[in-house]
Amino acid sequence: MAGKPKLHYFNGRGRMECIRWLLAAAGVEFEEKFIEQPEDLDKLRNDGSLMFQQVPMVEIDGMKLVQTRAILNYIATKYNLYGKDMKERALIDMYSEGVEDLGEMIMHLPLCPPDQKDAKIAQIKERTTNRYFPAFEKVLKNHGQDYLVGNKLSKADIHLVELVYYVEEMDPSLLANFPLLKGLKARVSSLPAVKKFLQPGSQRKPPMDEKNLEEAKRIFRIK
Amino acid sequence: MAGKPKLHYFNGRGRMECIRWLLAAAGVEFEEKFIEQPEDLDKLRNDGSLMFQQVPMVEIDGMKLVQTRAILNYIATKYNLYGKDMKERALIDMYSEGVEDLGEMIMHLPLCPPDQKDAKIAQIKERTTNRYFPAFEKVLKNHGQDYLVGNKLSKADIHLVELLYYVEELDPSLLANFPLLKQIQLYPPRQGRRVARSWAPVTAQTTLGTIFFGREQPADR
Repeated sequence: MAGKPKLHYFNGRGRMECIRWLLAAAGVEFEEKFIEQPEDLDKLRNDGSLMFQQVPMVEIDGMKLVQTRAILNYIATKYNLYGKDMKERALIDMYSEGVEDLGEMIMHLPLCPPDQKDAKIAQIKERTTNRYFPAFEKVLKNHGQDYLVGNKLSKADIHLVELVYYVEEMDPSLLANFPLLKGLKARVSSLPAVKKFLQPGSQRKPPMDEKNLEEAKRIFRIK
Repeated sequence: MAGKPKLHYFNGRGRMECIRWLLAAAGVEFEEKFIEQPEDLDKLRNDGSLMFQQVPMVEIDGMKLVQTRAILNYIATKYNLYGKDMKERALIDMYSEGVEDLGEMIMHLPLCPPDQKDAKIAQIKERTTNRYFPAFEKVLKNHGQDYLVGNKLSKADIHLVELLYYVEELDPSLLANFPLLKQIQLYPPRQGRRVARSWAPVTAQTTLGTIFFGREQPADR
């Protein structure tokens, strides 16, 4: 059996951060090989390590997996964070995809042209308050349980709590009317593995700043 | 046990078509309730039938599932099109997501502003020929089996074959240098003919525009 999973990405959140969260929450130690120059990415491509020439790529259990969802689903299955049967998995997928839709909007914000940024932020806040947060608050309210699906921690809870942190970074007031989401955030954050990940010095990555954005553009050759 | 799955969407491909393909390939009969007016969509939203106010939505086994991947994964699991273990599932997911990335580009083409269309088509052709088709051809070449994963039909094969038909619609010559892909499209012949559909491509200006985009921006659905 191979060693720890090895994550190939640049040193920033991007599309790898949700994978870091999931591994961390599962209590799995992992290594990171940071892409720092465009040439590092070229090398991975020329080695044939990237099926579609893209990262994230995670080396795990003898595989070189690409595509964020493929990686997340594998980790979730391996560490029992994917529900107990196919109906629970369907709910977990449905919730995770909703989180991903909003998360994608937030992730792309640094790349948004300056003249469109305010409108984009307004749209994100509107969606958060009127579409996504109410949907998840309703799930928790309806069953009154501690976790979204099957009364047990799953990838859906981890993805949602990660998202709540990002929304809070943007505007803490957005959580105001969602007590059950706040409760879920507190509950998941206090799990030992997650608590450790939230502390300084962990492999959790900070928000993207100008320098980090320039680095990503340089590595991925984005104009 | 409820009856046939019931698909809620407008009468066009969009994000529902891959679900239709998968059900059809699995031999599952399904019903469709077409959204024809903005009011139909409003009704579904007000009923609380759409978790995130969006379609596709599929009523299946007592659930009202939204989010294309959640629906696809459930159907694939239920009808044994998702591999035999988690490693096979990982490969199926990886391949399916690659198909989806290219499929998304093709799906958005009708919504592309006219002055950007040629560049977009060129990008699609380039990605098809240099990134996606070679990747799948290589998988088939390496193991020499009839299907992408585990020598057995899976959702990955169905999604890929559906994509091949769309690429062919765009430009048949793109398949020229990929003999193994051409073979998977046709093999086995009976299944290939059953799942082939000759729907007209979506025209965004008509139904889709009226129903979804009313007062919203095209990219916001």
